[in-house]
Amino acid sequence: MNVQNQIPRTGAEQALLALLDQRSGADDAALAGRMGELRRAARDAFAANGLPHRRVEEWKYTDLRAILRSSAPLAAPLDAAAEAEGQFRAVTFPGARRILFVNGQLSRAHSDLAGLEPGLTVVPLASALAGGQGAVEKLGTLAPQRYDGVLALNTALAEEGLVIRVEAGAQITRPLHVAHVFTLDAPAATFTRRLLDVGADARFTLVESFQGRDGVAYQVNDALELFVADGAHLDHVRIQEDSAEALHFASLMAETGHKTQFHSFALTTGALASRVSLYGRFAGTHAHVGLRGATLVKGRQHADMTLLLDHAVAHCESRELFKTVLADEARGVFQGKIVVRPDAQKTDGRMMSRALLLGETAEMDNKPELEIFADDVQCGHGATAGELDADLLFYLKARGIPAKEAEGLLIQAFVGEAIEFVEEDGLREAIIARAEAWLKARAI
Amino acid sequence: MPAVQETVDLARSIDVDQYKYGFVTDIESEKAPKGLDESTVRYISAQKNEPDWMLQWRLDAFRRWQTMEEPTWARVSYPKIDFQDYYYYAAPKQKVAPKSLDEIDPEILATYEKLGIPLREREALLGIQPSSRVAVDAVFDSVSVATTFKAELAKAGVIFCSISEAIREHSDLVRQYLGSVVPVSDNFYATLNTAVFSDGSFVYIPKGVRCPMELSTYFRINERNTGQFERTLIIADEGAYVSYLEGCTAPQRDENQLHAAVVELVALKDAEIKYSTVQNWYPGDKDGKGGIYNFVTKRGDCRGDNSKISWTQVETGSAITWKYPSCILRGDNSQGEFYSIAISNGYQQVDSGTKMIHLGKNTSSRIISKGIAAGRSENTYRGQVTAHRRATNARNFTNCDSLLIGDKCGAHTVPYIEAKTASAVFEHEATTSKISEDQMFYCLQRGLSSEEAVALIVNGFVKDVLQQLPMEFAVEAQKLISVSLEGSVG
Repeated sequence: MNVQNQIPRTGAEQALLALLDQRSGADDAALAGRMGELRRAARDAFAANGLPHRRVEEWKYTDLRAILRSSAPLAAPLDAAAEAEGQFRAVTFPGARRILFVNGQLSRAHSDLAGLEPGLTVVPLASALAGGQGAVEKLGTLAPQRYDGVLALNTALAEEGLVIRVEAGAQITRPLHVAHVFTLDAPAATFTRRLLDVGADARFTLVESFQGRDGVAYQVNDALELFVADGAHLDHVRIQEDSAEALHFASLMAETGHKTQFHSFALTTGALASRVSLYGRFAGTHAHVGLRGATLVKGRQHADMTLLLDHAVAHCESRELFKTVLADEARGVFQGKIVVRPDAQKTDGRMMSRALLLGETAEMDNKPELEIFADDVQCGHGATAGELDADLLFYLKARGIPAKEAEGLLIQAFVGEAIEFVEEDGLREAIIARAEAWLKARAI
Repeated sequence: MPAVQETVDLARSIDVDQYKYGFVTDIESEKAPKGLDESTVRYISAQKNEPDWMLQWRLDAFRRWQTMEEPTWARVSYPKIDFQDYYYYAAPKQKVAPKSLDEIDPEILATYEKLGIPLREREALLGIQPSSRVAVDAVFDSVSVATTFKAELAKAGVIFCSISEAIREHSDLVRQYLGSVVPVSDNFYATLNTAVFSDGSFVYIPKGVRCPMELSTYFRINERNTGQFERTLIIADEGAYVSYLEGCTAPQRDENQLHAAVVELVALKDAEIKYSTVQNWYPGDKDGKGGIYNFVTKRGDCRGDNSKISWTQVETGSAITWKYPSCILRGDNSQGEFYSIAISNGYQQVDSGTKMIHLGKNTSSRIISKGIAAGRSENTYRGQVTAHRRATNARNFTNCDSLLIGDKCGAHTVPYIEAKTASAVFEHEATTSKISEDQMFYCLQRGLSSEEAVALIVNGFVKDVLQQLPMEFAVEAQKLISVSLEGSVG
């Protein structure tokens, strides 16, 4: 990748490099050992490679050199007013325990950290790093081998976040909701990171949400590392409703053990440009992973969902279903790659991406990939793109349903196919309601 | 036959290392000096008595090529090619230009006979081989040695000759269309080809003519260390139709030979071109030694409304295949098709697929790709389907299936599907699996050997594509598939 050295640095890259430089002194002093090493490596990698751009295959459709025009400064420390506003703005899910992050920082005042269920520990990332607790050992171990500029920035700059541990065997039915809200009226950048370690045979539900003040072009860089130990069951829901001017970049890394169940669902309606990079790795046999998502975007929004699923061991099953609704001039990107390693016999992988183009100039770029080195496998993928079925519309209109309403019903049914995989009733209903709200807002 | 002998024969027949067309024709040839520089380009152009514009075009391409870098994005790996280590021009020595087939070196005629490509019209006309009424342009190393049925084609107004001849005789047509589908600096290999292409076929079907017979080119690389760079240009004028076949073989050699062709198709209003390829270059021996490096740029331009271009390919040979026959659907209501069977065995590496670029209104395309990987081979489908803003009502259906035989091979699928208009309807599906135990059991239980069973199942797997081939080719291809997969079971 020497070629990239010759490309002139963009303004955003220069600003980020300066920020990294400025932080490096403090870091090196404060963080000895593993974390210091990780940060140094991430800084060096970013200095060498910069922001990912369209000549980098994984970022072909989402060119950060073009999208990230300037790098916003880090958000100012929290004050009580911001915390109160965050508390007011953040979404709540009935029955869930909520932990609140405002402008990328933990709001202790408004987080429900008392009386945690037995077997559950939640530690702020900063304390975990300072205390060198055991779970931090795992930080960064799931990072992909190939350079990912967004993740490198997160590794180098994220100081806020959580380390969540679920003890082996703990059956925690109450979902844990980590809400992120941006309240400032000037653009700022936030870097947050969470690590969730689910012990053997445990059960847990994690919900994450991202929201912010309309009209502000803030920048979110978030990372989540998930370890699902043998026999554990993890449900994960991610709701991204950032402001229509914001930039949202997320890295999600997961490793599943033997006989695990891992289900993840992502609802994306926010941000001017968003990208979720999901790296999943099967480390134990007989695991089942289901990844689903619904993306509804309009205007000039750009939403990218990129997955890399590594079937490293035999007898695992993966199911992916992603639905994208594109109104106006919105652009959707789906890149999904299933890798089946030589020994991963009896792998069963199915991936489907379906896009509905409502706007005449909407664009969908699909790139489903299979990379298979074992012979006794069943793998497939499908990708479709198209407008609403005229026959179905006619059918509904013929029964007296007004055109707009008929359209809404069809779109709802379209994304519903993915949403219905959310097992927990309350959560599923809440997601359906949010999708409906998007449709209503569009109809007005 | 005694049982021992039977076993010996069987063992021999299932050796991967057996390539039917691996013989060498012992014939004197004239070669350009080894290596590549401007003088090589000038030498080739001079050998062909080309007009100056052609030489300038080649030189321009050569200069651009020198600034280009070899592409590395394909999923193939091979030692760096030393482009100075090849002969860029080799022609069988001929004292006087042959006036008829009788004057062609009998060695060459015998070679084509051995390959099953009769160049003697007489036999065909006498009905000795009634099925082979196919006009053939035979390319031996760098030059076209014979074109059959020329007179009969001329009656219909069809021009079918070597590209060198066309540059001299039909210079206007060539100048108008050559390089208009694959521009000079399209990609590294196409640019190299533009600089040093030695021969190839030229076809022009005039307005409203349905070409009276199948046209065919047969490529043979014979010389050691030569690169073959052929250039094919096919133009179907308004309302014309042509079906064109292409076949290729090469002798068994330890070194890797280079083949970088460019094929350009132009279909004007209401025209249709059907292009079928059976590529059986020498794939290398069972240890992956030798074989042809096949870097090919094939592209068709549906320039007129209601035009249609259909690519069918059966890829069984070559150590490395890098080939993406594409369609630019420029005209309204134009159609593009791509049917492919790519089989890799031994240490072969295939990275092949297609591009369908929808530009006009109501355009449609269809892609059926069947990849079969056996041995230690790597087989990749790489395709792109794009509908541009103004390509309203674009339709695409893609189906790519891969079959894996053995656990040392790899099958990969890399499609890019880009819809930039809401009215586009794109459907893509891909699967990868192995031959099911049930299917095998069913065949074995009925007395088929495992080799036969695999051949039968594979033939079923590729049937959708085989149906698209002209009849003679389909039979040939079916045999080729069984031969290619020999040694892959057990």
